[in-house]
Amino acid sequence: MKRRHLLLAAAGAFAYGQTGSPGFYAIQNAMIHPASGPAIPNGTIVVRNGLIEAVGPSVPVPAGAWTIDGKGLHVYPGLIDALSTWGLPAAAPAAARPATPAADAPTGRRRGGGDETPANVQFLDDGGPEDRPSNTSWLKAGDLVQPADATLTAARNAGFTTAIVFPSTGVFAGQGSAVNLSGGRAGDMVVGSPVGQYVTLPTRSTAGFPASLMGSIAYVRQIYIDAEQYKAAKAMYAQNARGLQRPAYDRALEGVLESPRILLPATRKVDIDRMIRFGKELKIPVVLYGGAEAWRAADSLKASGVPILLNLKWPEHDRDGDPDAVESLRTLETRELAPSGAAALSKAGVRFAFYTTGLERPADVRRAVKRAVDAGLSNEEALRAMTLGAAEIYGVDDRLGSLENGKIANLFVTDGDWLAERTNVKMVFVDGKKFEPAPAPAGRAE
Amino acid sequence: MHRRKLLSGILLAPFAAYAADGTVVIRNAKILTVTKGSLEGSILIRDGKIVEVGPNVNAPAGAKVIDAGGQYVMPGIIDCHSHIATDAVNEGAVSVSSMTGTGDTVNPEDIGIYRALAGGVTTANILHGSANAIGGKNVVIKMRWGKDTPEIVFDGAMPGIKFALGENPKRRGGASEGGLNTRLRYPATRMGVEDVIREAFTDAKAYKAALDDYNARVAKGERLIQPRRDLKLEPLVEVLEGKRFVHAHCYRADEILMLLRVADEFGFKIRTLQHVLEGYKVAKEIKEHGAGASTFSDWWSYKVEAFDAIPYNAALMHKKGVLVSLNSDSGELMRHLNQEAAKTVRYGGLTDDEALALITINPAKQLAIDNRVGSIEPGKDADLVIYDKHPLSNYAKVQKVFIDGQVYFDRDTDMNERAAKAERKKALAEKQKAAARPAGNGRRPQ
Repeated sequence: MKRRHLLLAAAGAFAYGQTGSPGFYAIQNAMIHPASGPAIPNGTIVVRNGLIEAVGPSVPVPAGAWTIDGKGLHVYPGLIDALSTWGLPAAAPAAARPATPAADAPTGRRRGGGDETPANVQFLDDGGPEDRPSNTSWLKAGDLVQPADATLTAARNAGFTTAIVFPSTGVFAGQGSAVNLSGGRAGDMVVGSPVGQYVTLPTRSTAGFPASLMGSIAYVRQIYIDAEQYKAAKAMYAQNARGLQRPAYDRALEGVLESPRILLPATRKVDIDRMIRFGKELKIPVVLYGGAEAWRAADSLKASGVPILLNLKWPEHDRDGDPDAVESLRTLETRELAPSGAAALSKAGVRFAFYTTGLERPADVRRAVKRAVDAGLSNEEALRAMTLGAAEIYGVDDRLGSLENGKIANLFVTDGDWLAERTNVKMVFVDGKKFEPAPAPAGRAE
Repeated sequence: MHRRKLLSGILLAPFAAYAADGTVVIRNAKILTVTKGSLEGSILIRDGKIVEVGPNVNAPAGAKVIDAGGQYVMPGIIDCHSHIATDAVNEGAVSVSSMTGTGDTVNPEDIGIYRALAGGVTTANILHGSANAIGGKNVVIKMRWGKDTPEIVFDGAMPGIKFALGENPKRRGGASEGGLNTRLRYPATRMGVEDVIREAFTDAKAYKAALDDYNARVAKGERLIQPRRDLKLEPLVEVLEGKRFVHAHCYRADEILMLLRVADEFGFKIRTLQHVLEGYKVAKEIKEHGAGASTFSDWWSYKVEAFDAIPYNAALMHKKGVLVSLNSDSGELMRHLNQEAAKTVRYGGLTDDEALALITINPAKQLAIDNRVGSIEPGKDADLVIYDKHPLSNYAKVQKVFIDGQVYFDRDTDMNERAAKAERKKALAEKQKAAARPAGNGRRPQ
């Protein structure tokens, strides 16, 4: 046994941090943090065929397992980024929408009479909601994910094993999928899909309707009204087509109807309250994202039962901003108190999870979570917000998010508390497949 | 008694905080009722309503007594045209944006509300902007600073919609002055504006006919797919049915006559003409149509169509029998509407009561909320302003503002809180600026 363990470590060092895996492991004597319950000191976790076979304080090591001595190590459920674009091709807005004129275009191009139209002018077709602008609701992130994308490796090395990825362009950007951060083909990575429709509410646009918050809200409302009508019309037609005018196939509405929930942006308390009301009106489960002012919206969220995804990129003073600019007390307070939002939500019993948009380095993610902990969130709740909490919000907690028997073997192993500055990620398991991140360069733990 | 019972059901629920001592007496006041003359005396308020006004009012035991100290009390000011307290004003990408509405974007935390209160305004008509021939729906709010959106909306106010004529809607979708914005839309001329309105109402009539036809045939037992509900045309059908007011932005006499003729032809009413700077030229026609006029005292010359304006406009229209109000259309002007009203005494020779009516009972009538607000009369909402001097004086300052009998602005409280707020603001700003300084080598995230 001992020899096999050594071999494994050696193989890891020479194969870019990845070992050939027999898929049957037992980690012994480790501090296990299941996220679904209290930590288990000196625990054992058995992984076989991509699933967690057993976890507990006195689990016997089955014959034939590769054993890993977990002395001094911590085992956590794999981290989940609750709202992400990892592994998706970069958005290509230029192709989908006409380019806006360059800012340095010469002025005075309108020569001659007032109504002479410059060559580059494009007339809006005055399209409204019925033209389904800015809508790719039928796209599924799981179909678009690129397994070889380098961001997946970087995220995995930091302990992330799953991301809830969404297409991100447009008012109705498309449907999200829970994907594991390893797999030969996109299909191997998808753990749950579709998990929701990602909606943005643009406040301006140079490409036509909607070009304002009020237009965006009205558009989303009309789409859901149309979707209901479409569903009823299709059902009626399916029941008996004779004598009925055929309802036109509408992929934008198909995509909306396929989505089990809608993600709506909500940064300030005003947005949170507004979107809670909007969700009720749409009669579809809502998940909010943003949450910079969640610290003062816990009561509204609790009363509504609406979960929220908190962006770990806490609001910051703009380093490049006017140093003499006078900011409002509200702006200053939100910047000060945003990281306390998680603790407030936890205390109130609101479902929430973290996402990392805007943070690029793993160390920044850890520091951002640490700020939430420093502002009153417990370590356990912090872990939960990046694991089981996210899985619950998307309805995939039957397979993901905690170290429990029968769940997908997504976990990561560290040599210390995961939030501590100098802790290193030693191993990451995705679908039971073991990865060993290349050791950090000497001197810096990043 | 019966009325009190109703009140306790409707009003006390949201304002439970002061229900326990809901009886207030303002005594020793110079009371400007606007509709019933002026007197020195007291006002008895119970459960948010004015109960009694007179030289001698019996203060019931336990009532909160406010000594006005010989100062002036007038009805809360009503602004028939404002764009504060909303996170969006225009949906400019379409020429008919009736699917949108400021009701969707109310921001109860907009500091403009508090500043309006400090200027004695208690109610405002929050209109969509003037980018479109037919704009979005409006919302009437009370300045209940500190409350959430549902509680600041003026319950029971008649729904409305914004129209706009002339230069703004023909700017073609926000094309900027420099010609750099090259996204253009119809219409580009005044005749195009008329055409957009005609076409929209033709569509609305067809939509209504299709719905009626569907309902009639289904009632006869026919099997039909339900027509799509159209949020753009629905408000226009409501206009045709007299269930929604039209507030039309306009300047020139010719376009005013155009709109009145189109409305007559299609069988609907223009409730108010907004701005209406040339209204004095066609006051007789406005009166005949039954439209109200909501104008500026002397704000003019900011564009070509606003040149043929005179400060006598309000007084002349009033004397021709038009229901006239003065509005702000501006978060700044909104804070001294009392001074705007005073100008009609100088320009046009209106009496004090006539001048005050322009910012109280007249806009209340235009918004059909005059059964609730706009004057100091028993039975009306206790929306009151205490000024230290006569409100038509340049030197008058707002001391206290009541809405539903509750104090929402108090000059002394405001002044007393300023130092502490400034201190907190300074401390936070310094802390955050220090934290934002690049640390160490100034390295930025990749």
